[in-house]
This record gives sequence, C-alpha cells and structure tokens, in this order.
Amino acid sequence: MSVLAVISTLLLLAVVMAVVSRPLLSARTPDEPRTPERAELEAEREAKYREIRDAELDYRTGKLSHEDYEAVNGALRAEAVVILDQLQEDQAASPPK
Amino acid sequence: MAQFGGACLILALGVCAYGIGASIYGVRTGRPEFSESGRRSVYALAGILTVAFAVLELAFLRNDFSFNTVADTSSATTPTFYKAAAVWSSQEGSLLLWAWLLSLWSTLVLFLTRKRMRDVSSYATAILLGFGGFFIALMVFYANPFATTDPAPAEGVGLDPLLRHPSMMIHPPMLYSGYTLCIVPLAFGMGALLARKVDAEWIKATRRFAMAAWLFLGIGIMLGARWSYSELGWGGYWGWDAVENASLMPWLCATAFIHSLMIQEKRGMLKVWNVSLVLATGTLAIMGTFLVRSGILSSIHAFGGATLGVPFVVLIGVLILSSIYLVSSRREMLRSEHRLDSLLSRESIFLANNLVLVGLCFVIFWGTYFPLISEALTGHEASVGPPWFDRYTVPLALILVLLSGIGPVIAWRRATFANARRNFVIPLSVALSTLVVLLAAGVADGKPLALAMFCCAAFVMGSVGQEYWRGVRVRRAMAGEPAPLALVALVKRNRRRYGGYVVHIGIAVLFVGVAASSSFQHASELSLSPGQSTKVGAYTVRYVRPTAAVTPKYDPVHTGSTLSLGAVLNVSKHGKHVATLTPAEDFYDSGEPAQGSVGHLIGGQPVSQVSMDGGITRDVWSAIAPNIDTPRLKRIVEIGNKTLPIVRPDEGMIAVAVLAREYLKSPPPAEFHLIVSPLVMWIWVGGMIVAGGALIALWPAPSAVRARVGVRARSRRAARGLARA
Amino acid sequence: MSPARKRRVRLVVALSAAVILASALIYTSFSAASPTVTPSQLVHEAVVGRTYQLTGKVQSGSVRHEVQTLYFSVQDRAGETAVPLSYTGTVPDPFREGREVIVTVEKRGDGYVGERNSLITKCPSKYTVAPSKTKIY
Repeated sequence: MSVLAVISTLLLLAVVMAVVSRPLLSARTPDEPRTPERAELEAEREAKYREIRDAELDYRTGKLSHEDYEAVNGALRAEAVVILDQLQEDQAASPPK
Repeated sequence: MAQFGGACLILALGVCAYGIGASIYGVRTGRPEFSESGRRSVYALAGILTVAFAVLELAFLRNDFSFNTVADTSSATTPTFYKAAAVWSSQEGSLLLWAWLLSLWSTLVLFLTRKRMRDVSSYATAILLGFGGFFIALMVFYANPFATTDPAPAEGVGLDPLLRHPSMMIHPPMLYSGYTLCIVPLAFGMGALLARKVDAEWIKATRRFAMAAWLFLGIGIMLGARWSYSELGWGGYWGWDAVENASLMPWLCATAFIHSLMIQEKRGMLKVWNVSLVLATGTLAIMGTFLVRSGILSSIHAFGGATLGVPFVVLIGVLILSSIYLVSSRREMLRSEHRLDSLLSRESIFLANNLVLVGLCFVIFWGTYFPLISEALTGHEASVGPPWFDRYTVPLALILVLLSGIGPVIAWRRATFANARRNFVIPLSVALSTLVVLLAAGVADGKPLALAMFCCAAFVMGSVGQEYWRGVRVRRAMAGEPAPLALVALVKRNRRRYGGYVVHIGIAVLFVGVAASSSFQHASELSLSPGQSTKVGAYTVRYVRPTAAVTPKYDPVHTGSTLSLGAVLNVSKHGKHVATLTPAEDFYDSGEPAQGSVGHLIGGQPVSQVSMDGGITRDVWSAIAPNIDTPRLKRIVEIGNKTLPIVRPDEGMIAVAVLAREYLKSPPPAEFHLIVSPLVMWIWVGGMIVAGGALIALWPAPSAVRARVGVRARSRRAARGLARA
Repeated sequence: MSPARKRRVRLVVALSAAVILASALIYTSFSAASPTVTPSQLVHEAVVGRTYQLTGKVQSGSVRHEVQTLYFSVQDRAGETAVPLSYTGTVPDPFREGREVIVTVEKRGDGYVGERNSLITKCPSKYTVAPSKTKIY
C-alpha cells in the first residue's frame, strides 16, 4: 500500500471512530424528551384528529347523511377523548422536562 | 488510490459489524448510548461509502485503467458524460452504488427518526447495516470494484454503445434508489416486530418511507419503459421481460401497502397483512436486484454468472424464513382491534384494491419465475410469453382502475347508501357518454377491452373531478375564497386525500395510453428503396433519400460512432405533410484487429437511432436497418483492409468516407420498421401526473393545521366533559 | 345471521374465489408455456407443430441476410449441436455472431422457423465476476 493510501485510511478510521464513539464517551445521557408511551399516544391522537377532519370533509362533500355523520363524528370524538385522557394521565405521571 | 478504496470497503465492513453489535446491545440492555453509537455507525458508513464511490468515479474520469472495472467498461475515447455513468454499468460498480444509496437513505431516515421509536429504530439500524454489510461483503470477497491489474492496460474496452444514452445515466440510480428505499420500511417493519411495537408511531414513520420508495421505484420503471421505447429499435415500452417484472412486483406491493396502512391507522385492522406486505416488498426488491445479476432467468438483461447467485439465494431464504417466524411469533400482538363496520366503506374498497394488487403481483410472479417453477415441478424448463401475461393482467388492471374511481366517492367507516348512489350519477354518466361517443365514432371496434378501459378511465375522471368540485365548493362556503385560492387551500389542508386523487387521475391517463397504444397500433416492417412509400395506418411514409455521416477524423470523443447511415422519411396524412423523420443506424469501432483495418472501424455493435414524431394523439415511430453488406460496399471494405495499415486509422476513416459516399450514390433498399401508436404520450404524461400527486401526498402538512384541529378538539372535549357531568 | 357468521361466510367465499382463480391461472400456465431448450435438446425432442424457446449462441459464419428473412444457426454454449433456422421480424441491435440469443421456434417439416419478432439477444455480459481472488494491493 502506498504511503498516501495508508495515511488516508488511518485518517478515515480516526474520523469514523470519533463519530461512532462520541455517545459512549460523553457523560450526558441522550435526550429523552418523551417516554415511548407518550410518543405512541401523541401519534394516535394525531391520527384520530385526522380521522375527525376526514369525516367532516366526507360529510360536507355529500358522502354521508346528517345522521350517519353525527354517529361517526360522535364515535370518533369519544375515541379521541379516551386518547386525550390517557395522555393527560401520562403527562401527570411524568411531566415533560 | 485503488488500495485506499479497497481499504474503505474493509473499514465499511467493520463499521457494519460494529454498528449491528452496538445497536442490538443497546436495545437489549436498555443503554441508549450504544443505540446512539449504532445509529452513528450508519452515518459513518454513508461517509465511508461516499469516499469510496468518489474514488471510483475519479478513477473513471481520470482514465485510470489499472482499475479492472474502468478498463472493462470505459475507455479514453468514451465521452465524459458516459464515463461518469460507466461506474454502475458493471457488477462491481453497481454493487457499490447499491450499498452507497442504501447508506444514504438509511442515514436520512435514521436522522429524521432519531428522537422517536428508540427500540424499533435500534433494530432497524441493525437490519439496515446487515444489508449494507451483505453488499459490501459481496464486493470484498466476490466482485471488488477496486481490483487492479499491474501493469495497467493502455486503453479500456469502452462503454457499450447501447448504454450511451442520457436515460442510462438516470435509470439505474433511480431504480436502485427505489429498491434500496424498499429496504427501509422492511427494516422498520422487522424492527417493529422485534420490538413488539407495531403501532401508530410505526405507521406514521413507515408511511412516508414507503411512499418515497413507491415514488422512486415508479419513476425508475417509467424511465426504463421510456428508454426502451425511444432508444431500442423495438418500438415497445413493456415486454413482460423478467427484469421489468422484477421491478414492478415490489411496486405493486408497495401500492397495496400504502392503501392498507390507512386501514390500520384508522381501525387497527390488517396488522398481519400490513407487516407481511412490507416484508414482501423488501424481499421482492432484493429478488429484483438479484435477478438482474444472476442469469438464472433468460432475459434481455442477463448479467452475471452463477457465482453471485448463491449468496443472494441465501439472503432471500433468510429474509423469507425470518419474516415468517417474526409474524407468526408475534401474531397475538397483531390481532385486529376492530372489524370492518360496513361493506360500503372506503376501507372495504381499499381491501378490494389490495386483493387486486396482490393478485396482479402473484400473476406476474408466477409468470416470471415459471421457468424455475416448471423445472422444479416437471423437470422441464418452460416459459410463458407476453400473451399469457396480458390475458391475466388486463382484466385485473380494469378492475383496479374501476376501484380507483369508486373509492373517492365512498366515505370512511360507513357510507350512507342513498348518498353513495347519488354520488355515482355523475361518474357513471361520464363513463356512459364516453362509451356512446366511442361506439358511435367506431373508434374502438373489435377491441372490447380497450373500450372498457377507456370507460373505466372516464369513470375515474368523473369521480375525481366531482370530488374536487365539491371540495372547492365546501372550501368556498367555509372561507369565502375565490375558486383558484380555494382549490389551493383545499389541497394544502388535505394533501393525502387530494394528492391521492391526482395519482388516480394519472393512473387512469396512463392506462388509457397503454390501452390505446397496444390495441390500435399499426406496425409495418418492410424494405424500401428511395422514392418508395408505404401506408401505415392513416399515414403515408415515403423514403425520400438516404443520409450518411462520417466523423471527420478518427476522433470518436464527440459522438462515439464512426459511421451513421440513415434515411429521410416524409410522413403525410391525407396529402398533408405531418413530419420528417430521420432514423439512422450508428456504427462503431469494434477495436478488433481481426476485422481488418477498415472493417473494425465499423464492425462494432451498431446502435439504432430511432426517429419519431410524438404528439398528443399519436406517435409516429421509425427505425432503419441499412444494408452495408451489398457486394459493392463489401468490396470497398475488403480493398481498404488489404491496402491500408491498421495503425493508421485516419486513412481507414477515408475508406469509410468512400463507403458512405457510395451508399449515398447508389443506396440499396433498406429495412424499415414503422409504427403508428395512438396516445403513447398519455403514458408519460400519466406517469408525471402520478409523480406530482405522490409529491403532494408526501409533503408534510402545514403545522398550523394540526394545531388548529388540536384546539378545536380540546374545546369539544371540554364541552363533552360538561355534558357528561 | 350474526355479524361474526356473516364475516366468516364472506371470508370463505373470498378465499375460495382466490383459490379457484389461482388454480385456473396455474393450470393454464402449464399448457400455454413453451419449453426452453438448447439446440441439442431441440434436435432430440422437437415435435412438429409445437413451439419451443431456443437458447444458445449464434454460430459464427452462419448468419445470412436475405431480403426479409434472416438465416442463422444457434449452437449450444458448449458448441456441440447447431440448429439452423429462418427468422422474420425485428432483429435486435446487439444481434451478432457469438452472442447469446433466445428465439421462439417451431418445427416445420425438416427445418425450424423462428416466430415473428420473437428474437431476443442478450445484452453483452457486462457483469462478469472474477471467481478467483484478485490482488488488491
């Protein structure tokens, strides 16, 4: 191997090792802004909100009768309330930093 | 430099091994710093492979023929543009491209999800690094792009002229981007199963990657079809070739997945189906990659020897077995939370669409791998041809297009039957009027399937048009905006829905193009002498005169070809001039002294230069195969071979010029391939509409919208809380 | 019928339909397929009237262009038997002596006729793999 190749390789190796070992060497723990459960609940909440909007759009563009819309909307909002309650419990248990 | 490149690969392999270990250790022992280190290994891998790729590119651009790959696929006289592309025209280079692209996408995805889904992404990191490591190991042990020969040859073999086309620059990277992007959802799917977290977070993350994979793969497929049509002297865009099919199958599964994922998002159903689909998409992508380079199936792209086949078969076997194991061992957790509320719901239409798409995939899979299947089952290898594929895919495609028009009109969860019935009036009228008009015009006589497709497409246009119309009306009622602003706002606030509608329009347009161009094509293959004309469909094509061009000196850097013989064709309809076409055949230097000092200059593989006039209603396509083997022309070459020394190619070129002049003076009849294809342009336009719609759907929604909904929902909740009390 | 029962019935119906369609597909594929043969296999097995997918190399010196017909012979990769045939239709650009081809042929009388436009020439192998270890440095 030529000298240049050896030096370049060693340099690259050094950079790689620096990048890869940084989390192991630094004392601080990586940020944990949310517990996995909270992240999951937030994702569910977002999905539920989207469903509520979709249902409203379905109704306004004439795909649902008024009665059916009220039924679906009510069911969706009830499901949303469940998620929001769970989120509130989770937030009370471990407040975000 | 080659040594440095080779060292990079070994370093990369080490990084993969470390990253896999660190990620798995981090997730199993709950030590996030190790997971973080594992994720950073992916970043490091991307860096290393970028360096390695740069080294290889530089070698090509600098004509470093000590690199075996460079000597095998490039030459000093290859135009620079194609030198850069030649990197991935070889086995070794394409493996490096694949691994590099995989590392780039993995870096992007892991960076975007760095604060979420810790467990899942740790496993996904390990799996992605596993794939990267596999491809790097293939390079290190089987097909090293940095292998060298000492002493280096003075000149390379050169890039196959067939590949010298701009599409060939873009098609492999685009297709590989699609394939490697399919690996990302697979990794996250397996990760989710391993971490036992197949849930809303996973859905949210996976959806975007899957759509991106779908988009890139689709573009790659379209580019391949377009290249085949406009460059190859065959005049077709799809031949049900094994390699074409191999790229279509993961795309079909990805399409199914994008739809069925929405069902899981809304109803918590189809979890097993979804993870299976995402695993199948990734596995099919690997199988597609493998097919191109294994030669196990007879196909137009039969690259590679059996040496590389064994590792791939092992990988695919591992993928299939581990997928089956993971899904069955997690089936408790994958139980559906709900059932279908009603058959008349968008969910149920999506289910139907999934069945059709998977059915299509199965048909294509069966037909593509039939030689292997029949060999295994009967001991004799047999293959099925395009007619068999057409017979089964066409009806399924019809149903698919029809469903894509029904879906937009049906509500989620449970549609009101009376409303649905009313909503079908306009789309059905559009379809029926189209039917009546086409029948009356006698356009679609004798082609019931094409007629059916036109009507289905019209149905889709009517359905989606109605949706847009109504949506704009709702928006105007709510916000009082003028129509154009309302349209923009509507799409911005409901990107998924309205972007998806655009995709459906694009698909309908595309299928109209396919149906028209395959059912109503007029093709003609015949010999013409100058002055003669022929009729193709409604057009008259006259061979006006021959053309010839010779590069002035032996200096192929600019065009690459030494001699180009062609024709000027006059295309007219009902006496009116429509277009002038100039198809030609380019001849190249073969570099083989055995062909003689003049013979080798034009003895290389010729490339057909297609000439066509594209229009909204039809394409007129032409190709020529001029006859350079007439006794007269052959004598010129023979005399040149005998009298001119091979070491003076400039003098050889003079002989070629003499040949060209002789060809012009007394041109022999030439073979022409002429095609008039209606609505081919609709295929490319449809493809672009699909891509546009996908981009709309992919684009993240403005965060203001999310916040607005949040506020409203919270206040409603408060109200409901009061009501309950 | 209870909703659960209805769902089960639907599932059974859907599955049966899928199985029937798949069986139809599989069954017709065997009858619609043409066997892939090498020249030596073709010479042994060929039956008049059946089509075969002939794969092999274009024999050097066997190519002859007539007005609208191309005559050439396909030989085994190992080079034992060569089958002469006549072919009309599109000739792909990469076609030349020594290249690997696939062509659908039918035995007519004593000779073989290539099906129109069925000639496929494999792209010249760019992906060759060096089986032995190559020195890196």
